Amino acid sequence: MLPIIEFKNYTFQYRSQKEPTLLDINLAIYPGEKVLIVGPSGSGKSTLAHCVNGMVPFSFAGESSGSLTVSGKDPAKTGIFGMSKTVGTVLQDTDGQFIGLTVAEDVAFALENDCVPQDKMFSLVDEVAEVVDIKTLLHHAPTELSGGQKQRVSMAGVLVDDVDVLLFDEPLANLDPATGKRAIDLIDRIHKEKKKTILIIEHRLEDVLYRDVDRIVVIGEGRVVADCKPDELLATDILVKEGIREPLYVTALKHAGCTLRAEDLPQHIESMKLDRYRERVQAWYEQVALPVAEPAKEPALEVLDLDFSYISGNPILQNIRFCIRKGEMISIVGKNGAGKSTLSNLICGFINPDRGKILLGGSDIADKSIKERGEVIGLVMQNPNQMISKPMIFDEVALGLAVRGVPEEEIKERVYETLKICGLYPFRNWPVSALSFGQKKRVTIASILVMNPQVLILDEPTAGQDYKHYTEIMEFLKELNESYGITIIMITHDMHLMLEYTDRAIVIADGKLIADDTPAHVLTDERIADQAYLKKTSLYDLAVRCGIADAPGFVDRFIYFERQVREHGRQNSDV
Amino acid sequence: MAGRILTYEEKDTWIHRLGGATKMIFFLLWSITGMLTYDTRVLLVMLAVSLVIFKVSKTEWRQVGTVFLFILFFLCLNLLAVFIFSPNQGTEVYGTKTVLVTLFGEHNITKEQLFYEFNILLKYFTVTPVVLMFIVTTNPSEFAASLNKLGISYNIGYAIAIALRYVPDVQADFTKIKHAQEARGIEMSSKTSLWERMRKMSMIIFPLLFSSMDRIDVVSNAMELRGFGKHKKRTWYMEKKLTKSDYLTIGFVVVFMVAALCVTFADGSRFYNPF
Repeated sequence: MLPIIEFKNYTFQYRSQKEPTLLDINLAIYPGEKVLIVGPSGSGKSTLAHCVNGMVPFSFAGESSGSLTVSGKDPAKTGIFGMSKTVGTVLQDTDGQFIGLTVAEDVAFALENDCVPQDKMFSLVDEVAEVVDIKTLLHHAPTELSGGQKQRVSMAGVLVDDVDVLLFDEPLANLDPATGKRAIDLIDRIHKEKKKTILIIEHRLEDVLYRDVDRIVVIGEGRVVADCKPDELLATDILVKEGIREPLYVTALKHAGCTLRAEDLPQHIESMKLDRYRERVQAWYEQVALPVAEPAKEPALEVLDLDFSYISGNPILQNIRFCIRKGEMISIVGKNGAGKSTLSNLICGFINPDRGKILLGGSDIADKSIKERGEVIGLVMQNPNQMISKPMIFDEVALGLAVRGVPEEEIKERVYETLKICGLYPFRNWPVSALSFGQKKRVTIASILVMNPQVLILDEPTAGQDYKHYTEIMEFLKELNESYGITIIMITHDMHLMLEYTDRAIVIADGKLIADDTPAHVLTDERIADQAYLKKTSLYDLAVRCGIADAPGFVDRFIYFERQVREHGRQNSDV
Repeated sequence: MAGRILTYEEKDTWIHRLGGATKMIFFLLWSITGMLTYDTRVLLVMLAVSLVIFKVSKTEWRQVGTVFLFILFFLCLNLLAVFIFSPNQGTEVYGTKTVLVTLFGEHNITKEQLFYEFNILLKYFTVTPVVLMFIVTTNPSEFAASLNKLGISYNIGYAIAIALRYVPDVQADFTKIKHAQEARGIEMSSKTSLWERMRKMSMIIFPLLFSSMDRIDVVSNAMELRGFGKHKKRTWYMEKKLTKSDYLTIGFVVVFMVAALCVTFADGSRFYNPF
């Protein structure tokens, strides 16, 4: 069989870059295969995808050598329009790629551009709507849909063209864990029923492996580092070396001193052969210590019986009650639209509760203005571009102090101090536009920290970041928390984040608080996970399958062990 | 919700079923007629027809209320200004002067002036309902489709449709950014002066512009990946075939315009003189 996509000694360099982004790529993908492409940010995995759909070199110019054929055509000659008949691309941004005013129009978009007569369009749209299960939504506007539904619409929009190859660019980036699981399921169904070739670009490996893939291609620094079956890959150290997160159960097995073998099928924890490993895991569980509980400190932020609704009779939040103590680092989790952002809006005073109180350091803040609250509670938005309003880094960080009339000398001192904490001091005279996404994120955190807040609220602090950048930003937040005693609240649906970095998770589903417990408990409780659109952690399955009765205890031990390993690593790298 | 004002709402009425182009032709010819004529009789007939159409289209007050009040406010301002700056316009037009109330200097309230201003008021009321109704009963995509059929490049029609598509998103971004900036201490409430607020607005506009630019990038890539602009022509999912009622509507408005203008100019003047 001839490959449908074939790279031969392919090298590509963007016009604006000094070094090639892809180097000597040799890769063949056969019709009907389902291939996962992983790699850290900047490894070139997205560029690889752009080569296949023709965005390179047409939207992103550059020089290439070697050869690339897709379905017998050269994308660099065929063009984006020509390739769109063969390769259907589903982009990462579920909202931005929704073009039509209604679902039906969005699905029909490619057909419209191809001058397909209206009657035929109606029947084709109905047909694919059936496949991705959006038939009842055809006349809905995008604002009425959830992220998962929008993604289905995007899939329908490329399926309608009857393409051979489906290309998914980070399909899980904007979805909560349960919705992500469903998306992977749908991709799998399309793969099987429609016999399409599927390429998935993702760095959330464990989530994609929820359903079988034929092969995993690992890209590192522009080269193909590995190209093998998932079982084989998981038995190597390649993922760790390339800075990609392994599935958690694999990490746990390794901590327990096991060496994984491909023939034990480590691709899925449910079906992996664990006989060789069980005893070691049990022994590790017995031997590893649990952290000593610290005495509870006085409350920093208390939320008492909060109710809120935009339209009366249609509550967004109901009876929310929790207490966050000084120096805690906690997460607020729940599916998209469950009311998490509303809660942070209430705390910051953008909206007012219908009932209930918010106490800060023991006193009610109901009569405090947004500005006054902003001095003690700092809010960092998900997208740094939505916060940065000054062209220079210094001015951006100084903004909050400047509008409060702080004397210039003091501003300078405090800004420099903050920039040092955030590791941005060397860039103090740079324009913001010269920074990377992660650095911009730090600038926004710095611009809040400069006001010395007691509580920091971060909305999805790690969204869209790979393992390395995720670790960087989270270690930074942890240091702020530990060294400067800042209470940190994170709104997230990243389960790794809540598991690895927070002591407690407040779970909100359908406007109600359904759990306020350790992440280990939350993520091993099926009922809570289902209600809040979370996913049970694979560590739970590992514990159960190894005959460990106290699964949450196992998870707790794993997290504590991981933290120590990281701490150790940090100290080593400091030396 | 604020975003709901003056947007298309799907309803099943005779007017909703008309093609977008038909409605636009109607609205253009109707407005031109309304602007040209000062004939009270014609205006009264037009007002009656406008109100009937408005009723038939099942347009609700909440859809257009705010905008209507806004227009009403400017109408009052306009009427007042006419009286202040040319209190004898009515006399000039109609040739007689019947003083009702004596005020000061030139500013006497005359029957002619009142009648003249009443005509201006009528003109506003004949056009306004039709404009509002056109906006709330025309599906933007279908409108783009019908513009294209009239020979206008689909790029223009699509630009309008896509702008409407992203208005709610940009609104949401705006609120989010405003909140975050307020928390940083940039006071936007009425406590500060208007000038200050304008100046601080820039601190919202800047980030809004940047995040919108990110969005535009994604949208244009997404459109290109799905073949937008491939051919000179394209078809439309939302297109409506012109039906008998479309032709009847266009026929009616053309006949009406001619008749109205004939009646208006029969005596050689745009005005109807009862005096």
